[in-house]
Amino acid sequence: MNAYNFAYLDEQTKRMIRRAILKGLAVPGYQVPFASREMPMPYGWGTGGVQVSAAILTPEDRFKVIDQGADDTTNAVSIRKFFERTAGVAVTERTIEASVIQTRHRIPETPLRADQILVYQVPIPEPLRFLEPRETETRKMHSLQEYGLMHVKLYEDISRHGAIATSYAYPVRVAGRYVMDPSPIPKFDNPKLESEAIQLFGAGREQRIYAVPPHTRVVSLDFEDHPFEPTKAEHDCDLCGAADSYLDEVIIDDAGGRMFVCSDADFCRGRREAGQSGAKAGALS
Amino acid sequence: MTLSGAVFGGGFCDAPVESARAFRTAMSALARPGEIGVMGGVHPPAPMSVAAGILVLTLCDPDTGLYLAGDMDTPEVRDWVTFHTGAPLVSANQADFALGRWQALLPLAPYRIGTPEYPDQSATLIAEVAVLEPSGAVLSGPGIRDSALLSVPDVAALRANAAEYPLGLDFFFTCGDRLAGLPRSTRVSEE
Repeated sequence: MNAYNFAYLDEQTKRMIRRAILKGLAVPGYQVPFASREMPMPYGWGTGGVQVSAAILTPEDRFKVIDQGADDTTNAVSIRKFFERTAGVAVTERTIEASVIQTRHRIPETPLRADQILVYQVPIPEPLRFLEPRETETRKMHSLQEYGLMHVKLYEDISRHGAIATSYAYPVRVAGRYVMDPSPIPKFDNPKLESEAIQLFGAGREQRIYAVPPHTRVVSLDFEDHPFEPTKAEHDCDLCGAADSYLDEVIIDDAGGRMFVCSDADFCRGRREAGQSGAKAGALS
Repeated sequence: MTLSGAVFGGGFCDAPVESARAFRTAMSALARPGEIGVMGGVHPPAPMSVAAGILVLTLCDPDTGLYLAGDMDTPEVRDWVTFHTGAPLVSANQADFALGRWQALLPLAPYRIGTPEYPDQSATLIAEVAVLEPSGAVLSGPGIRDSALLSVPDVAALRANAAEYPLGLDFFFTCGDRLAGLPRSTRVSEE
């Protein structure tokens, strides 16, 4: 541990990231450029989230990392170990015990508290990028609130599929001003973007940081006649029986057998420990 | 020029850990306008408050121009800031951070408020105030559940700043070892 500075990054880098975080909080949803560093993991593995976490962690923190809701996937395990080793922080898999949670593509089902911080790993921070590839143009579009193109995209969904087919990374408007990419969370999670917790977003390869302060209005874009709908698989969790959590579909044999389980592993385990069970809970144990 | 011994002291003893804790307090204050945070552990030269000193140590470095306003611009403060942070001392219109008593920081017009494409390229003002308590002006906006109260020094100036949103200045108000944050996104009203 002594081979590295506390939380891996050098102090000047952390100050630069911290200044970007403060500007991000001051202008919710606006993407602040920052001088992203090379981290000892490839782009796409959460280097943006890792740098934000490195800038905010204190020795007193209890750190949780989830990847698609699970604490035990390669990405989550290696990032958790990274900060266990370089920052000496305690770690946990339980949402309620964590003070800082780094996430890839999910928001925990358990509502977050004011004393918790959620750090998102973001691949493409610019919600307009697939509509307009030039950064100079998207900057201008944000400055002029020229968001008509995004509504055209959602409208084309409706004209082609009869409904808004965008199911993840569903664009939101933050505090009535900036349109923001909430990272590739399922749109089921969008209502949870209005939270008690501070939410920070880090995109390492794209060198952007943005933020949503607590109690900030976050509205998913929609139309009066096609209102936003958070969707999930129409099923209960086969392990814990939850009807209100986001589900993963898992193939369980070579004969087309499948089951639906909570994507949030900690939420599911907590329910099972409390005595709840789903349709296939017995079959697996 | 000779430096007195006081210049070298009064900073962080364990900078990585102390600045991490200080940043969390500052971040929480800016994310929740109206919340008053408490900091300690450094001893900046007078007239700089403890909280202002910690903010400077936590956020300033050779990449950030710092403007010392009015009676904050003393040889002791200049030497202390330069030794501990390396921040270049600049004029108000070039500053990334400005530090001074509220009256000395005025007028707000010279400070950078960012550009429409890059509203983040704006100054952060660290204003020393005589009173800092949850009363007085009514705050609302991001980070605030319904409304919050904070004893801000100048409602008219802060309201004008908020009207520039998303451009504008961001503020930390410091008083002794306490601080509060006021981002440009906060709407300020009297009553």
